[in-house]
Amino acid sequence: MRDFARRYARNKGAVVGLLILLLVLAMALGAPLIFPDSPWDMVAAPFMPPGEMDMLLGSDSLGRDVAAGIAHGARISLMVGAVSTVVALAVGVSLGAVAGYLGGLADDLVMRFTEFFQTIPSFVLAILLVAIFTPTIGSVVFAIAVVSWPPVARVVRAEFLSLRSREFVQAAEVLGKSRISIVLGDILPNALSPIIVLSSLMVANAILLESALSFLGLGDPNLMTWGFLIGSGRSVIRLAWWMSVFPGVAIFLTVLALNLVGEGLSDAMNPRLARKRGAAA
Amino acid sequence: MSMTRRGLMAATAAAPVLMCVADARAQGIAPRRGGTLTTILQPEPPVLQIGVNNQGPTLIAAGKIFQGLIKFSPKLEPMPELAESWSLSDDKLTYTFKLRQNVKFHDGRPMTAEDVIFSVTKFHPEVAPRARAIFSRIDKAEAPDAHTVALTLKAPFEPFLLMFDVTACAIVPKHLFDGQDFRTAPAVQRPIGTGPFKFAEWQRGNFIRLERFEDYWKPGQPYLDAIIYRIVPDSQSRRLALETGQVMMTAAGDIEPFDVPAMRARPNLEVWTDGWEYFSPLSWIETNHRVPALADVRVRQAISRAINRDFIAQRLWFGVGKPATNPIASTTRFHDANVKLPGFDPRAAAQLLDAAGLRANAQGVRTTIKHLVLPYGEIWTRLSEYLRQSLRQVGINLELESTDAGSWARRIGAWEYETSINFVYQFGDPTLGVERTYVSSNIQKVTFTNTGGYSNPRVDALFATAREAQTAEERRAAFSEVQKILVEEVPQIWLMEMAFPTIHDKKVQNPVQLGTGVHASYDDVFLTA
Repeated sequence: MRDFARRYARNKGAVVGLLILLLVLAMALGAPLIFPDSPWDMVAAPFMPPGEMDMLLGSDSLGRDVAAGIAHGARISLMVGAVSTVVALAVGVSLGAVAGYLGGLADDLVMRFTEFFQTIPSFVLAILLVAIFTPTIGSVVFAIAVVSWPPVARVVRAEFLSLRSREFVQAAEVLGKSRISIVLGDILPNALSPIIVLSSLMVANAILLESALSFLGLGDPNLMTWGFLIGSGRSVIRLAWWMSVFPGVAIFLTVLALNLVGEGLSDAMNPRLARKRGAAA
Repeated sequence: MSMTRRGLMAATAAAPVLMCVADARAQGIAPRRGGTLTTILQPEPPVLQIGVNNQGPTLIAAGKIFQGLIKFSPKLEPMPELAESWSLSDDKLTYTFKLRQNVKFHDGRPMTAEDVIFSVTKFHPEVAPRARAIFSRIDKAEAPDAHTVALTLKAPFEPFLLMFDVTACAIVPKHLFDGQDFRTAPAVQRPIGTGPFKFAEWQRGNFIRLERFEDYWKPGQPYLDAIIYRIVPDSQSRRLALETGQVMMTAAGDIEPFDVPAMRARPNLEVWTDGWEYFSPLSWIETNHRVPALADVRVRQAISRAINRDFIAQRLWFGVGKPATNPIASTTRFHDANVKLPGFDPRAAAQLLDAAGLRANAQGVRTTIKHLVLPYGEIWTRLSEYLRQSLRQVGINLELESTDAGSWARRIGAWEYETSINFVYQFGDPTLGVERTYVSSNIQKVTFTNTGGYSNPRVDALFATAREAQTAEERRAAFSEVQKILVEEVPQIWLMEMAFPTIHDKKVQNPVQLGTGVHASYDDVFLTA
């Protein structure tokens, strides 16, 4: 573990990313303490620029505190990112594992099914799903999960394809272990590192997707999210730039941090690859 | 495109003389012939045939192509348009219109009593539900001569004349519609009317161009060579087009209310919020009385008292429009200024909710009510967010639901909502535009009827009295009483008497003259050099 941390720390960007991510997490968890009132409360005059009337980041068109919105929005954005990624991983890993381990007809069926989803532009599909199921937090998470699982399935299948012919799997088969225990106990742990790296990127992608949906007015109207903040500030950007800029910065930093962390994890889990890259640079 | 460029050049050429325009207007400047008025239409109308489509953008642009028998001043007094004069028989049953002699349609055929009778008894009743309801009161329609029309009603109907504005009953050419399906006749795509401007060109998604009709019945008019309606879907692009002079005028919902203060501040622009008296849109929280909590009059009163209408008018609409005081807009006849909703008082609201037996739970929530957000643009979303915060203060949890325009209309029409926002035109008379929301005979599964399901026999009777009464005094008495009852029972929770800003370059003269504002024919609009 100490070794892993040392390898991770070798990537300076990843450390910075981790720090930003921790900061965002702290902001999300601390939001009810820092801003005890609802972020929807109209606490100041509308369109107050940053710094006036105790508004650190200004107020929006109804006099709501943009800073409170960003802090409370972090909870929803991170939650949507995490939950939809977990759902997408569950679907993607199971389908990928079935395809990769069983091969043959099962592989064909699962992969055609996956390709079916991959050929539809994911954002359009997400919009469609949310519009059909009416915008609620549940439907948004569901829609993001539905469009995010195919890459997981493909990565997991590829890993399983290469791992299942290895000696340790054959040994397990000879020992008479059941298929399920081979998949879960032997192959999956060895396929974990690409899945972990991929999932950090998926969280980033999910946050972007949720923001884009909220921006288009397809978010849950009862929840404050970063996309909602930008969407509601868009039409008044010439009057109140701070309404869209600060939530935009929050999304940018969080997504950047998640990408950096993903890269750091990848380096830490594949030390040889990282060293090679370091040598090349 | 060449027309556009010429218009732009005219705009630049005129810039240096802008200073003296205000003085010139005060002195009553002589109209100048020539020039193209560039303006905006949004959203793009499906067709420009009044009747076949009666949405706002259609009425604005087609109001230049078509005309009604009469038009209405800001005080809603009838003024001559295609009818020179009119009279009402002593039994208040027969309306006789004297038509102008020299009116021609854009295809050169003269307009006669035949066209008027066709429009009133066939065309509009067939295509427009509102016209069907009113014109079915006509017993017989006769033409004693080619330029006289006599309409005899089955029973006296005081607000009858209000139905003869161009937006309600445009005179259409009989020879182009008779014997055809009115909705698919070729004339629907190339509208032919009697107005000062004729349809010239329509590039879908880009612009609509109307040109001067040389044979127009007012000699020397219209003054403008052409009017160009640009289609600009994005509100910030519309604002930019107005600021840069690409368009000289905007109307209706073109400019968002929050942009209006900035437009007022620009020295070359003028902002009007009048010109909507004939329509007088009134907005309200639409409540469905089938929801147990909302069936209780105390809960509706509480919601009404928990809302600060001044905040809505000033902070959300930036002073465009004003707080509603009762169900009849103050711009229409029969508005009783003495009947007023009680003011903003959250404590009184809380007491009313206590009295209604709605107690707060551990989270301070007395009841949860769903709210369908009106999907007509961002300002309505902000309004719903404001309502949610205000009602939360008195313990009502308003849960917002988003939807699209089509689903909104369907769900309101099917009664599948708890609360929403609605706004409805009043058409200058409570019988024409207010009654439909409150009488139990109009509880229908159709949008803009009494979808809330409010029912009070006394209210039904008073609206009936006002509808059938022969004199304005009798009607006024009935309407005053109905306002008292409605303000007490708040069947819908009225929010604002709405207005829309008409913003134009100061060199555009006379853009808002009538109670119908930018829907007027524009034969008297001109551009100063």
